[in-house]
Amino acid sequence: MLHYANPQNFLNLARRLTPWFFGAGIAMIAVGTYLGLVIAPPDYQQGDAFRIIYVHVPAAWMSLFVYGSMAVASASAFIFKHPLGDVAAKAAAPAGAVFTALALATGMLWGKPMWGTWWVWDGRLTSELILLFIYIAYIALWDAIDEPTRAARMARILCLVGAINVPIIHFSVEWWQTLHQGVTVFRTDGPQMPASMLTPLLIMALGYTVFFVGLLFVRMRTEILARRLRTLRLNIEGAFA
Amino acid sequence: MRAFTALLLRDIVLSLRSGGGAWLGAGFFVLIIALAPLGLGPEPALLKSAAPGLIWIAALLATLLGLERVIEPDLQDGTLDLLRMSALPLEFVVLAKVLAHWLTNGLVICVLAPLVSPMLFVDAKALWVVAASLLLGTPGLSFIGTAGAAVSAGVRRGGVLLALIVLPLNIPALIFGAGAINAVQHGSDPRQALLLLAAFSLIAAVVASLAAAAALRLNED
Amino acid sequence: MVFRGLSFDVDAGNALVLVGPNGSGKTTLLRILAGLLTATIGRLQFFSDDRAQVSDDTRDQSAHFVAHSDTVKSSLTVKETLRFHADILGADRTRVQSAMETWDIARLGDLPGALLSAGQRRRVALARLSLQDRPIWLLDEPLIALDRSVRARLHDVCADHRAAGGLIVAASHEPFLEDAATLELGAHA
Repeated sequence: MLHYANPQNFLNLARRLTPWFFGAGIAMIAVGTYLGLVIAPPDYQQGDAFRIIYVHVPAAWMSLFVYGSMAVASASAFIFKHPLGDVAAKAAAPAGAVFTALALATGMLWGKPMWGTWWVWDGRLTSELILLFIYIAYIALWDAIDEPTRAARMARILCLVGAINVPIIHFSVEWWQTLHQGVTVFRTDGPQMPASMLTPLLIMALGYTVFFVGLLFVRMRTEILARRLRTLRLNIEGAFA
Repeated sequence: MRAFTALLLRDIVLSLRSGGGAWLGAGFFVLIIALAPLGLGPEPALLKSAAPGLIWIAALLATLLGLERVIEPDLQDGTLDLLRMSALPLEFVVLAKVLAHWLTNGLVICVLAPLVSPMLFVDAKALWVVAASLLLGTPGLSFIGTAGAAVSAGVRRGGVLLALIVLPLNIPALIFGAGAINAVQHGSDPRQALLLLAAFSLIAAVVASLAAAAALRLNED
Repeated sequence: MVFRGLSFDVDAGNALVLVGPNGSGKTTLLRILAGLLTATIGRLQFFSDDRAQVSDDTRDQSAHFVAHSDTVKSSLTVKETLRFHADILGADRTRVQSAMETWDIARLGDLPGALLSAGQRRRVALARLSLQDRPIWLLDEPLIALDRSVRARLHDVCADHRAAGGLIVAASHEPFLEDAATLELGAHA
């Protein structure tokens, strides 16, 4: 494992594994889509409208999973002072933001037939929205600081503070919901779903995850190479100074 | 201790003197409360029901003011180097700065809020909850805000970034703070919300002072 | 910033002047010495009189660092600024007056920073050296914005410091402490 902490070794490994992750991810998403849209029976209440669950729920899971991974990566960068953790967290953030936006968009699409409006201040939807803001702040911080090492350190700290705050925000939003007698939310009570509905969901979630790892590898490679390019440029300019 | 007091007093003096902007936050707070009826209409029932949220949104935005002056000037003029080389641990540097910001910003809002809340038709018996919620919550806002200021120090046009970082993290204070005032307006017990608010401020104090100190320690390379 | 094959030592009573073109890392090296930056690879050792190694914390407390920036606030008076510096350094507040006299800013004591000229602000920053006796002085471009008489003053103060067994590491574009050893930095970067 330690072997791959070396950026060069990681680059080699990532280059070899990327196509496999993309292939497996796309295959699983294709299978999951087919099973979910064609094979799974319609819901007895919602008919076919429920099928958006196969995009919405995995995206919502991923929005949290990606932030969790970023927090782990940032913490390891913080503790072991290893740059790969920062690179991973930075590379994951836009993907996480897109998953979060996807969860929000599909949640709104789902809301229209179910609740009759595009948006309700449902607890989970609200938490997703706040999570999107936190992703955007994290990305903006990276963007705002020119010097990569300093940006990495500040982003690390923000990511960890966010990680501690996300459960608190979630709790406060839940509390806020009970206070305002929010709309009755359609619940995806997992165990009560028939296997024909649940299996595609799990396959989709796995497909999303594997696809994300492929994407992460590509973005991390890009980031590492971009940094090398920057160093080379600095050295060349230094030589002629 | 001497260095701590010196830093605290200096930050307070700096914000009270010209260019310091100590009263900006309080002025901004009062302005938002006064603008709300102009936008929402003078209907007492509507304003009363909107009051908890308005008061707390105004507090959230008003505490943002002045945060840019908490870390940035010391970074720019080299005082931060002096503080980093001093015997005072950076966690205490952060604490002094948070305290100075709160005393010149949050505390003033706490005092003013019960005075201007009647403009939103908040009942007299609810005013103590307005004050108590702000008293418990605004320290948390100053802590999170200072951590945001430390993380974004040295950034060009850092003010917008600062708001982007700090506002989402302060959402629990908004929810619990407005919740407390709401509760008392509906005749229920605001204590649960106030306790949650206090818990938020305590957690913010621990997390934000560690985070801000780490950011100051690592701020250059 | 990368230093390669850089090695030097400075003994008590001596001085080292860092020279080199812009971007050769003079400031970076001073900041590493001040403990404000950490060198990724390499060793930095400080020894006390009995050749015992000094810990990082002790080193921070035994060095004065006067950087490019003046540490002067526009709304604080000179006296207030120096008192604040004394408090942060843990120095005796009674030395503020004599420090102001040493650097010829005593008559500016009640002026706010906003009204000072560049050279006067520099003198406020340099006056920190006289607030507390610390063996190591780290000076980044100390001559900038100083007129001839203040330069002579700086020279005298530095000579006294070295005579008392202190050491100085300074970065300068202009000739400074001409009897001191120099370290050419550009060659190593």
